Amino acid sequence: MGEVRINAKDMPYQVLNQRVRALVASGEKDIILDNVLGQRFIGDGIRGDDVTITVNGVPGGDLAMFMSGPTVIVHGNADHAPGNTMDNGKVVIHGSAGDAVAHSMRGGRVYVRDNIGYRGGINMKEYQTKRPILVVGGSARAFLGEYMAGGLVIVLGTDGVAPVSGRGVGSGIHGGEIIVRGRIDNTCLGGGAEQKKLTEDEKKAIRPILEDFVRTFTIDPDPVFSAEYSKIVPASKRPFASKYTWE
Amino acid sequence: MSIGSTPLKYRVKIDTERCMQCKRCIENCSYGVFREEGDGIQIQSRNCVACHRCLAFCPRDAIEIEEKPGDYRSHPVWTREAREAIFNQAKTGKIVLAGMGNALPYPIIFDRLLLDACQVTNPSIDPLREPMELRTYIGKKPSSLDLRHLENGDVQLCTKLSPNLQIETPVMIGHMSYGAISLNAQTALVKAASRIGTFMGTGEGGLHESLYPYQDHMIVQVASGRFGVDINYLERGAAIEIKIGQGAKPGIGGHLPGDKVCADISCTRMIPEGSDAISPAPHHDIYSIEDLKQLVRGLKEATEWKKPVFVKIAAVHNSAAIAAGIARSGADAVVVDGFRGGSGATPRVFRDHVGIPVEAAVASVDAKLRQQGIRNEVSIIASGGIRESADVAKIICLGADAVYIGTSALIAMGCRVCGTCYRGTCAWGIATQKPELVARLDPEVNAVQVENLIHGWTLELAELMGAAGINSIESLRGNRDRLRGYMLDEGLMNVLDVKTVGA
Amino acid sequence: MDGSKIREALASMDERGSGEGSGYVAYGIYPDYKEYYALHVFFDNIREHKVPLEDLLEKWGMIIHDEQIKTYEQPGLRKVHTPWRYFFRPNPSMMPKSTSPEEDIITSLVMKVNSERNGALIFSSGKNLGVFKAAGWPEDVANFYRIQDYKGYLWLAHNRYPTNTAGWWGGAHPFNLLNWSVVHNGEITSYGTNRRYIESFGYKCTMHTDTEVVAYLIDLLVRKHGLSEEMAVRAFAPPFWDEIDRMQKKDQELNRALRLAYGPALMNGPFAICVAKENLLCGFTDRIKLRPLVAAESGDRLFISSEEAAIRRIDDDVTNIRMPGAGEPVIGRLYA
Repeated sequence: MGEVRINAKDMPYQVLNQRVRALVASGEKDIILDNVLGQRFIGDGIRGDDVTITVNGVPGGDLAMFMSGPTVIVHGNADHAPGNTMDNGKVVIHGSAGDAVAHSMRGGRVYVRDNIGYRGGINMKEYQTKRPILVVGGSARAFLGEYMAGGLVIVLGTDGVAPVSGRGVGSGIHGGEIIVRGRIDNTCLGGGAEQKKLTEDEKKAIRPILEDFVRTFTIDPDPVFSAEYSKIVPASKRPFASKYTWE
Repeated sequence: MSIGSTPLKYRVKIDTERCMQCKRCIENCSYGVFREEGDGIQIQSRNCVACHRCLAFCPRDAIEIEEKPGDYRSHPVWTREAREAIFNQAKTGKIVLAGMGNALPYPIIFDRLLLDACQVTNPSIDPLREPMELRTYIGKKPSSLDLRHLENGDVQLCTKLSPNLQIETPVMIGHMSYGAISLNAQTALVKAASRIGTFMGTGEGGLHESLYPYQDHMIVQVASGRFGVDINYLERGAAIEIKIGQGAKPGIGGHLPGDKVCADISCTRMIPEGSDAISPAPHHDIYSIEDLKQLVRGLKEATEWKKPVFVKIAAVHNSAAIAAGIARSGADAVVVDGFRGGSGATPRVFRDHVGIPVEAAVASVDAKLRQQGIRNEVSIIASGGIRESADVAKIICLGADAVYIGTSALIAMGCRVCGTCYRGTCAWGIATQKPELVARLDPEVNAVQVENLIHGWTLELAELMGAAGINSIESLRGNRDRLRGYMLDEGLMNVLDVKTVGA
Repeated sequence: MDGSKIREALASMDERGSGEGSGYVAYGIYPDYKEYYALHVFFDNIREHKVPLEDLLEKWGMIIHDEQIKTYEQPGLRKVHTPWRYFFRPNPSMMPKSTSPEEDIITSLVMKVNSERNGALIFSSGKNLGVFKAAGWPEDVANFYRIQDYKGYLWLAHNRYPTNTAGWWGGAHPFNLLNWSVVHNGEITSYGTNRRYIESFGYKCTMHTDTEVVAYLIDLLVRKHGLSEEMAVRAFAPPFWDEIDRMQKKDQELNRALRLAYGPALMNGPFAICVAKENLLCGFTDRIKLRPLVAAESGDRLFISSEEAAIRRIDDDVTNIRMPGAGEPVIGRLYA
């Protein structure tokens, strides 16, 4: 089957998502949504590992929420919380995204070419073979990766921008890791998180992810691969245990 | 430490005349009170939490547990609890965690409300022979119907109804997660719910696969930690509940300590074994009512608008306005959890001091929704401190559609409200994940007990309704004329919209 | 038909009352003013309370004609109010957003005046009809108004035995709003629910009695929501769930929808109710038939009463005498 296009101009999101769902159910693999502008929940709860949904325009919030399998490619910026509680699949954003990107994400990948807002990767968690990955080409705002219970957040800070320039990075992190180019200022580090230099071995381990990312967006790979990185990891598996006592 | 020992909370005694040395107390106590030594049984009273497991299984009634055998100098302000919390924090410098619901002696509004009965001017209805309808539908209702009257006399319904849960009694079992309670306890509860024709909440712990056969009677919860939430989980539930808050700890999140996250719990919560399960205070994708609407709709889109979505809030000062906002978010029911709601572990300061009673919260929510003409938009589910059928009847009169019970259902399985759920060594196999303790709780036997409890309440509700001359529960709902306040102050009677006794 | 036989029929059931409230409504009595709303008002005091009411009416429309309702002193009846009638034309431009501005103006005036309790009570507000009621025995009230002087094509009459509220003039039946009139025997145990429900739609229950909610509920379901009278009665006294469960799918859906949407309008407790409007008479009982109701016909006339004997006082040649089932409406329509 070839591609199917939907002109989403002025289409209410319920109608649009119903049509996408129906196309997926009928076996379509390549669905292109043109003139998307603010429609929420695109790809919400959709299954199908071999389905690709291309979004031309600016989608509304909760893109690919609860999604389990498909690939969503956005040519434009994304709004609030793309990849929210996403289970599996891939979201590729050729642009920037709003706050709470990859919130509570539990599997699959979210790639954002440019920047993300506040609270990116918050509450991400991994389990067994599922390890969510969020890669940001530009920078992230404050509260990145708070409460992370697993998964991987990488912020590349390409073109020389500071990867993170806000406070509370990794507050309450008790699993997974946040990798940033260079080092973040220790005043930006959240409670329960510690920063370490990324070793060559560790860098090697993430190389396939970085390769995929630069290929996806046709970014010059050299500065990415040659840069130094730090990782922000849990100081303990139980970050808040010391706050409480029993009656 | 200069504080030294504090007086015993309980003194355990064995009447040696009666004791036959069967050692069942030693086997049953999971807190290490009893120890075999030589020919006798040694007692370490300081370990006792008064869970009464030993007492329940002593074949000779030889055990006696005395509460506060020695006490501090009595003082109306500096209670024992106040002094001990100070000792605790002086030693640790930490937040004090406690179990169960509010433990301060605030007056209970339920106990100051009296129900009505018919005499002469209207007849009571005999529930033994007349139909008594307790069936309740939870979900959004249309505020009016579009009916077409056809030429042939038929009436055609043109209004599309939203999905509703049908319950045969207005009593549901609230959300207690696998993790907070054992899988055997959850299994017993959901078996009871399915047999009675009602529903039970999963809590924020995901849905264990052994419960899949009962999924049509389960309401799956989506809380701030999003544990165990994926599209399969959402599709399995009969309804979805967004938990914003809990009466036992309004405004804060919850932590399941990593040592309770065993292999099985790690599966249902979808987190690694031994990892803390941290539910943040807010949902980090909800920072305003419009974001709540977005999550409500996100869940509905994900499940193709086939499932009712509930929103649970803790009863707080401004519940009425909050509930009105929730009603307009597209949610199908709002759960109002009063300040007596239970919890396995909650900061004592929140448990005892934050939130308001469910009676006042439900009354004001119902009134506000009516005032705004949107009462049909949502059902109201009340929870937090519902102890008996009379409480159910009273809260329905105040405007609730149904209740969630938690602690009552646990008591039906043997819980003695000892309040030490957070220890994880519940001798009754309820609030524990220790396999040998969990095995004590037979799901089938306990399912029958919970079923009996709800059945008994249902019979009593039918009797109370019959006495009030009402044969359908919708005529009790919001019918505050059938309540009178006894020793309630005028301000509270205004909020509850009830008259005083004698008026 | 003039009121003399109606009086006789009602008086025959004096045993059912206590002499604390009786009333009549007659349709078709004001042919000369039939396009205007006939407002019947009880004034506590003509000098004090009449002018404020008229000022209010003049704000919302025009008083076409007004006069004192003629009354005749009765030894057994204490005249505590002065009944007055206005023929009133509301000004629809005062409620530009309404689809039925005249009716909404009348409804809001009735709610406002009656809830303010400022010495005036509007107890009748329809077109070409009038309620006549007072605290007293049926025959005394009939003689007080000389009910035999009115000729109507549709009558309701009621004899009250007040329990929950004192016998007062406003509390006597029939209750009326616009062209709806209601008489009711029994007690609605769901009143608290019904009242709060109807008040959330802007109605105000001001008469301290369960009967007025029936008038408002019918107004809401039939006039505002467009349900037929049959469907409205079905909502008030619906089938039981086990009966609904046994129905065909289509009926099941309809009846379930009725109960879901109109659960708070379900009326519980013992009642027999007669509702009238200009072209309709409808009688029904609660869904387990705790109060009596007898219907009969004579030619093109329909009678509904608590007792057959009362019907026979008016017309001894009635046929088709029957006791309708619980919740089953008996409906007579006027085809003019």
